[in-house]
Amino acid sequence: MGKVVLVTGVARQLGGRFVRRVQREPDVDRVIGVDAVPPGHHLGGADFIRADIRHPRIARVLAEHGVDTVVHMDVNGTPLGKRGSRATVKETNVIGTMQLLGACQKTPSVRRLVVKSSTNVYGSAPRDPAIFTETTPPKSLPSGGFAKDVVEVEGYVRGFARRRPDVAVCVLRFANILGPCADSPLAEYFALPVLPTVLGFDPRLQFAHEDDVIEVLRIASGEPRRGTLNSGTFNVAGDGVLLLSQAARRLGRPTLPFFLPTVTWVGSALRSVGVTDFSPEQIRLLTHGRVVRTTQMRETLGFDPRYTTAGAFEDYARSRGPGLLPPETLARTVDRIAAALPAGRGQK
Amino acid sequence: MADAKVIPFGGEEPRSKRGKGKRPGRARTSRMSSSLAPVPPQRYLDRAEDARAAQAASEEHAAAAEGARGQAAEAAQPGGWDRKLAHGLSFLRRRITGEYEVDEFGYDEELTDQVLMSALRPFYEKYFRVEVKGIENIPDKGAALVVANHSGTLPVDGLMLQVAVHDHHPADRHIRMLAADLVFMLPGVNEVSRKLGHTLACAEDAQQLLERGEVVGVMPEGFKGIGKPFSERYKLQRFGRGGFVSTALRAGAPIVPCSIVGAEEIFPMLGNSRTMARLLGIPYFPLTPSWPWLGPLGLVPLPTKWTIQFGEPIATDGYPAEAADDPMLMFNLTDQVRETIQHTLYKLLVQRRSVFF
Repeated sequence: MGKVVLVTGVARQLGGRFVRRVQREPDVDRVIGVDAVPPGHHLGGADFIRADIRHPRIARVLAEHGVDTVVHMDVNGTPLGKRGSRATVKETNVIGTMQLLGACQKTPSVRRLVVKSSTNVYGSAPRDPAIFTETTPPKSLPSGGFAKDVVEVEGYVRGFARRRPDVAVCVLRFANILGPCADSPLAEYFALPVLPTVLGFDPRLQFAHEDDVIEVLRIASGEPRRGTLNSGTFNVAGDGVLLLSQAARRLGRPTLPFFLPTVTWVGSALRSVGVTDFSPEQIRLLTHGRVVRTTQMRETLGFDPRYTTAGAFEDYARSRGPGLLPPETLARTVDRIAAALPAGRGQK
Repeated sequence: MADAKVIPFGGEEPRSKRGKGKRPGRARTSRMSSSLAPVPPQRYLDRAEDARAAQAASEEHAAAAEGARGQAAEAAQPGGWDRKLAHGLSFLRRRITGEYEVDEFGYDEELTDQVLMSALRPFYEKYFRVEVKGIENIPDKGAALVVANHSGTLPVDGLMLQVAVHDHHPADRHIRMLAADLVFMLPGVNEVSRKLGHTLACAEDAQQLLERGEVVGVMPEGFKGIGKPFSERYKLQRFGRGGFVSTALRAGAPIVPCSIVGAEEIFPMLGNSRTMARLLGIPYFPLTPSWPWLGPLGLVPLPTKWTIQFGEPIATDGYPAEAADDPMLMFNLTDQVRETIQHTLYKLLVQRRSVFF
């Protein structure tokens, strides 16, 4: 008897990729993709059911197909496509999670729940410790935006875990997801030709590569390997950190610093033009940065990411093409100057 | 630990130096020529062997001081300027392409070694003429918690302590200072502070650094110490709640008491404008003979003569695991550290000839 896996949010690239990947698992019988809009990409041999997780109809889907593993990936910071509004995203995040968890609670066949969360739950404040562990309480709770959604989603998931102790619940807190086709807010930010930054702040950033995200979701949705445990809350991020200035240089994009009070205006101006999501929490991330500890992920979940933070960023940078100031050109210029000097010639 | 606060120097200083500091070789020279550097020359040679970064410095040193040394023979060629330029260019190349490493706390070792320390060194050597005693009390290996007194209105003492350890420790250790949250709220200051390896003074960060075997520096008096009136100089304030002791106990790291003489007089704080402090949202607003009456000129510290003395380490690894939760033991150890620092301060003050020489 194989498993029946239900994946939400498959209209996004990441959801689609996970659906295609999880079908290849030997113990998976059927994969059901759910989203409110039909996906633009193919889902392999998976069934797609067009259902809005904000409606109680989702309970029927769960019961009809005898789903035993639910992978909830429809927790997102940005709307899908250019038309969606922030209000819809918030409703899908919060109300959608509530309905989905309510449906799971009513469906006795559900044995395992995996939720895609984000390290946004920690917020970002100057009074926070430099490195967050899974148990660090946030110093200042996010007051709105995606971060608040995530805090609420995790609250509902904890409630669900209490009410259904027989279900293995795994919450994966992903750092900023980057990769050739990830559509995270930070990926959009780095796609800008000139990166607006906050004057006098150089945040520490951590990234998780798309491939690692898919892999860790696969580990979390299957049976735990020997000596590992895949229920609980885990931070997922590549090793090491990159400073924003460093990332901008590696990407070859110039930065444009703004004085902190004016950044909000710049953000709303950019948002109204529809260039990128520049929410207050995004600005706070770009001000104070965020680094998480991934010891739990390695030791308890037994997952070793293939990409480091720098590696994930490099892969992303390669997929985006050169910026206005490609590092290779700069390096060549410096080399040429060095070669023009007698000392440089002596060294070569 | 939550009360331990250090504020790095107003920010304008390291920042303004950063632009200039792009030529790291030059500033290093000032260190070599100083009479105040009782550093074994071997250290530079060791560095030269493994680190391309310190190459220029070692060459300088070798050429100037002991050009005949065999190891440095090939380095001691003429044309030091060209080489320094080439070294500076390779540094520049790494910086503009982003090919350098920072640790999880944001510590940028390369930038600190090559630029920020060079910017602080003139203050350390020429301005405050810091004399360091007992640096060998910081262990060569493993974690240690350096506990120092805090004074001077602006946290110059923390920065000077960092230079002292960086430049004089025989095993080339770096001290990681713990700083107040105010530091991480101020633009510019927080950026430099993180790159210098400072982090927030909280038990989690201190614990993590100690577990990684770093030397951690803390000033438990916090704002009470740095913002105390001139009349109370060299009187140690309460040491927070002694959180630093339990953190050291948990990590089994020895506590190295450190007394800093000279920092008290750099900005003699005659008064404190509570109204201004409340308006600006800072813990105190100092009124010194020159600040704020002379404007930016009031930010120039008095050129006092400093002494930094590291005391005998106090071992903490002999206690059982639950000792960190024993309040009486914590108070006793805190008092012991505090007394040591206070007595050393008095001893150093008696030995001091004058404030400025």
